[in-house]
Amino acid sequence: MTTHVLIRVGARSVRFRRRVAWVLLALAAAAVVLAGIGLMLGDYGISPGQVLAALTGGGDDRLAAYFVREVRLPRVVTALVVGAALGVAGSLFQNVTANPLGSPDIIGFTTGAATGALVQIIVLGSDTGSVAIGAVLGGLGTALVVHLLTRPHGLTGQRLVLVGIGVGATLTAVDKLLVVRASLVTAQTAAQWLAGSLNAVLWPRATVALVAVALLIGAAFALARPLQLLTLGDDTARAVGVPAQRVRTLAVLVAVGLVSIATAATGPIAFVALAAPQVSRRLAGTPTSGVAGPALTGAVLVLGSDLLAQRLLAPTELAVGVVTGALGGVYLIGLLALEWRRR
Amino acid sequence: MSRLEAKGLEVGYGSERGARRVLHGLDVAIPDGVMTVIVGPNACGKSTLLRTLARMLPASAGTVVADGRPTADYGPKELARVLGLLPQSPTAPDGMTVADLVAKGRYPHQSLLRQWSRRDEEAVAAAMGAADVAALAQRPVDELSGGQRQRVWLAMALAQETPLLLLDEPTTYLDIAHQLEVLELARRLAREGRTVVAVLHELHLAFRYADHLVVMSEGQIVAEGEPSAIVTEQLMADVYDLPCRIIPDPLTGTPLVLPLVGTVGHPGATTA
Repeated sequence: MTTHVLIRVGARSVRFRRRVAWVLLALAAAAVVLAGIGLMLGDYGISPGQVLAALTGGGDDRLAAYFVREVRLPRVVTALVVGAALGVAGSLFQNVTANPLGSPDIIGFTTGAATGALVQIIVLGSDTGSVAIGAVLGGLGTALVVHLLTRPHGLTGQRLVLVGIGVGATLTAVDKLLVVRASLVTAQTAAQWLAGSLNAVLWPRATVALVAVALLIGAAFALARPLQLLTLGDDTARAVGVPAQRVRTLAVLVAVGLVSIATAATGPIAFVALAAPQVSRRLAGTPTSGVAGPALTGAVLVLGSDLLAQRLLAPTELAVGVVTGALGGVYLIGLLALEWRRR
Repeated sequence: MSRLEAKGLEVGYGSERGARRVLHGLDVAIPDGVMTVIVGPNACGKSTLLRTLARMLPASAGTVVADGRPTADYGPKELARVLGLLPQSPTAPDGMTVADLVAKGRYPHQSLLRQWSRRDEEAVAAAMGAADVAALAQRPVDELSGGQRQRVWLAMALAQETPLLLLDEPTTYLDIAHQLEVLELARRLAREGRTVVAVLHELHLAFRYADHLVVMSEGQIVAEGEPSAIVTEQLMADVYDLPCRIIPDPLTGTPLVLPLVGTVGHPGATTA
């Protein structure tokens, strides 16, 4: 079995394919390079040396240190965290539904989180900093509605996707209605937030997202192996000791949590959850997507898109959601074309 | 007492009131270390019995006892280390290799922090050897022939290393040569000391390969024992509503069912 890498420490062991290991390393390296670029680029250019000095606490350019540590670092960290959260959430949903279209941006969970946040912004009049609770409640509420609508048959496949699309469409209409009914100023705040942006993300929001996403991704790792077995069908999975329905429910809860926290941090960032698991699966050449691959792919996608969004029309900054939306649209068309050709 | 027994099984589908009873107070004891084959007409409850024994279906009354303990008391992985099930027509994701699929059978022996031990390695190699699929290790499962694929799925169940192995119609959709391949493997496993239970449709093959035959009809066991001792023309008429002649298989001596249907106009057809 030379195709696998085995790491064994005492009685503990982790095993993965050789190619997967290389892909993970390459993605991690790409994330580090992009993060470096993200810390250097901006209207106030900072050299690599200054970035290192600022990160390690040295350096005498206090303005550079401020920009790196207080402005650009939280933004880079949030981009990585939100990307990882969306990638893992997409992977969990796609494994549960056994469908590459079963991603939270297609089946309404991202929209649900956005609706929750909009209610918070427009109806309750909070600022964008405290929309997190609204987004999490919106995401979980949507999950509950979808669960009730699919309940007689359980959370599986096609049904979850179709019900989710329906719920998502309804919520999109609700979102529009909320924005239309709002005052001009709040509508503008809401519209900005809805575009999905990393502009002006500072440490408080970055830290909350980092901690919450780290916990949930830990849970996703624990669910990854039983979830992979569900791709062999419920009977086979149960025959080797996987409590199928419980694993599915937990996976959906963790995924909804990840989407909601990501949406709360930056607003809805389109298509990353859809594309990251599929891109990483193709890179790694594996039949299903796991956790580490989609997490790193999502992180690289969001951070890369944010760099484009910042610099493409500089000094005007685009919202990162605009860039991922454009990239993702092309990707979705390609995916659908490929699916149709296979039929 | 045998390793796998059921007492007073009541199983039905549907809601409490509109329920359709499939098994009615069924008792069965599966003999250890031999191959048991369950046969019966469509909808007689044979797959339901097998799936209830494997705890895939809940029984509304009665208990299944594995190694002296009710299966309801086992944890999911714990039961999967005692009892393996090959479900009807399983499917693998596109591109999954044989080695990867067989390795998944080790799941009940592993944990998050102990994903792959030397024991796992040995069990997978032994399972692929026993099912004769070692040469296919790096091939994608979806590219294999039906017979090869079924042997791969059996290898996955073997990698589980369970003393009890249940096979739900393992020969369906296979041509005769591949059916024999799968049944030869199942028999060999029983000879090596495992307790094998299979649901089969082909009576000829069932009688040839069963050490112990269980004949079901309308949710009840109507006969069980060695095939040549229990299979009679009367039993076939009762269970399958099939007028037939039974002769000993010239090669094995096991019962061979010759249906009289379709022989009208031929000599001897009317003597039944």
